[in-house]
Formats: sequence, C-alpha cells, structure tokens
Amino acid sequence: MTQLSYRAAFALIVKRDLMIAFRHRDDIINPLLFFVIVVTLFPLGVGPESTILSRIAPGIIWVAALLATLLSLDRLFKSDHRDGSLEQMLLSPHPVFILVLAKIFAHWLLTGLPLILIAPLLAVLLHLNESSYGALMLTLLLGTPVLSLLGAIGVALTVGIKKGGVLLSLLVLPLYIPVLIFATSAIDTAAMNLPYSGQLAIIAAIFFASLTLAPFAVSAALKVSTN
Amino acid sequence: MSKQNTENKVYTPNANSLLSANNLTCIREERVLFEALNISVCAGDILQIEGPNGAGKTSLLRILAGLSQPYDGCVYFQDRNIAQYREVFHQDLLYLGHLPGVKDEMTAQENLEFNLALHGLASNTAETTLAEVNLLGFEDALASHLSAGQHRRIALARLWQSNAKIWILDEPFTAIDKLGVKKLEQLFLQHADNGGCVILTTHQDLSLPAERVNKVTLAYRFY
Repeated sequence: MTQLSYRAAFALIVKRDLMIAFRHRDDIINPLLFFVIVVTLFPLGVGPESTILSRIAPGIIWVAALLATLLSLDRLFKSDHRDGSLEQMLLSPHPVFILVLAKIFAHWLLTGLPLILIAPLLAVLLHLNESSYGALMLTLLLGTPVLSLLGAIGVALTVGIKKGGVLLSLLVLPLYIPVLIFATSAIDTAAMNLPYSGQLAIIAAIFFASLTLAPFAVSAALKVSTN
Repeated sequence: MSKQNTENKVYTPNANSLLSANNLTCIREERVLFEALNISVCAGDILQIEGPNGAGKTSLLRILAGLSQPYDGCVYFQDRNIAQYREVFHQDLLYLGHLPGVKDEMTAQENLEFNLALHGLASNTAETTLAEVNLLGFEDALASHLSAGQHRRIALARLWQSNAKIWILDEPFTAIDKLGVKKLEQLFLQHADNGGCVILTTHQDLSLPAERVNKVTLAYRFY
C-alpha cells in the first residue's frame, strides 16, 4: 500500500478545506463582515472623539476578533460530521492529530488571516495610537491561531450535539480570556511606549502550548463525539 | 464464522481469522443490544448481519470498525487488538457507513480523488473508476446536483480501487438500482475470492450462492 507521508496528508486536507470554503464563500465572508461591522459601529455609538476611541480600540478589535472566530467555529467539523466525511477521516490510516491540525490550519487561513489583514485598516477608524500598530499585529498573529486551536476543542466536544451553539460559547470563551487580557494589555503598553515583550511572550507561550496539545485533545474529543 | 463458548480464560484470536470479536457487549440508551457476541471472519468470508431495525447492526459494525467502543469485549485484527493497533488496522479496512461521506461542494471526481488519496491510493484512476459505477459524464458535476443513489455510488467507487482486506459496509445497497446491486455482489464475491472478507448489513436478499454467505442474526431485545 502506498502510504501518504504526514506532510502529504496534511496538504491534502488543507487543500480540500480551502477548496470547499472557496466554493461556499459565505463561510469566509460572514465572520469577516461581522468583524468589520462591529468595529465600525463603535465610532458611531461612542462618538468620534479620538481620546476615548484610541483608549478602547485594542479591546474593541480583540473582542470583535474573538466573537468573529467564535461565529466561524461551527464550520470546522460540523458539516464533515453531518455528511460522514469525519468518520472517513477518523478511519484513514493517518494519525488523527495530523488531520486535525490540517483542519485547524485551514480554518485559521480562512478566518484568522483575513482578520489580521483587515485589522490595521479598522485600527485607523478607531484612532489607535500609532506606536500600538506593531503590538496589534504581533498579538493578532500569535493570538488568532490560539483562537482556532482552542475553539477546535470546543467544536470537537459539541459536534455530536444538534444545537450546541450556546454550549460551545460557554466552553470556549473562558479559554479565550487569557489571550484577550494579555493581547489588549500588550497593545495598551505599546501605546505608552513601554516594552510589551512580557505580554507577547505569554501569548507566544499560550500559542505553543495549544499548538502542541490542542490537536491531541481534539482527536480524543472527536473519538468521544463519534462514539 | 463460528460461535465459540466463552469461558473465563484469556482469549487468543484464531490465527486464521482476519477480524474477530470476542465477547462483545453493546449497551445503548440502557438497552442491551447484544451480549457476549463472538464473531470470527476469515479470508474469503462474506458475512451478512441481519436483524430488525434497532437490533444493533450499525452499532456492531461501528464497533468492528473501531469507530465506537464496546461496553465489554475486544476486536482483533489478525491477532492484534484494534484499540492498540489502530493505524495498522485502518490500512486494511474499508468502512462505508450510513452517510456516504461525499462533500456537496466538490465534484464527483474531486470527491473520489480525495477519498482515494486519503486512504493512500493512487487518485489518478478516479475517472476510470467513476465509469465502473456508471457516473461517466458526471465527473464535473457538483455532488449537490446529484441524486442520493449517485452520492452512494461515489462512495462505493472506492471499492473498485481498494486494496484493503476487510470491507465493512453498512447498507451498501441503499438507493442503488438493481443492476448496480448485481455488480456490487459480483465485486464482493471477487474480493472474497482474492483473500478479502466482506461484512455487510442489508435488508435485501443477496443473490449470491448461499454457501458463500454466512449470516449472523441479531434479535431485537426489549431489556
């Protein structure tokens, strides 16, 4: 039997997920649109005064990114579970964590990456302090993969439940809070022209911990959910 | 297929059997579906699992495939417990469940190519394989535009390429026309003759020679 290497199996799943997403564009556009709408509504609601806006900008951008990711999580395993392809993936002769990691990576490419790309534009709308842009981009770059990785655990646990939406939020949001706290704190610190490498290091630590551990948690959760 | 007496001794699977289950018990919703079930399937066997709706046919197949855990008992691939040798076992397993595992957003050919590649098979033969299941001309049609039977045919097409020894098929004939059923039955026979085995559930009578088909009947239990 010709055996696929880990890398080939990873690439196969990523390619498939990207193809499906591009044929079903709502899935990519919806979270992004949500992100843009929430952030643009704040200047209208709070008023255009730049001191207030630049004070709350890091929080707004991060909270919106977090909720947008939460909105997109369902796509990760739900439809695959519904049409039986998840079963086939679990039955393939590859380690499940490779497949899971590939699906999470594809999810990040389709939600995390667009958020990062559009965030500086929205930061302008919110009068984000000039010295904070670097911190904003770095925290998003390290933080959004964490959102996808930790979110995947929640989706894997609730994939067998018909209406698991509320449960998913309850499971996942507490796990997101450390990232939110340290990311906004890093951006605030950067606004005061102080070093923010401490907060960044903690986010990086969370990222690497979830990168190495979450795929195993997700595979275990999927096995329970499809039992 | 042979029934064995279960005594309290360490079970050693029959060396000849491809897939064997020892002392399987499955409980769903506080109802015992089957208890102390022993199954042994050798190369060349076609095993049909019968029983009324709700008797636990699908649960049994999922346990045999390693998708579900039994309440009690073990499943062995040759002489290895599948819980410990999952990846080795899954290289030699082809399982098709109730759900065809076909993505609506992909075309028939893309679906088959992905399925083949995922299981480590050459995907460049997808087009000729689609011809085997009468889907020639539908290669580039999105699966969402195809019928239920055609969905199942996309999933079944993998059978023609598979080199897995153990086929576990849950209701493979659902939504398949008579001619297609005939063709599948011949394929099962051919697979068994080549040293493979087929475990399937179906409510239709198989038109295969009776001496080739072993049957296990699960009874509906009310307790």
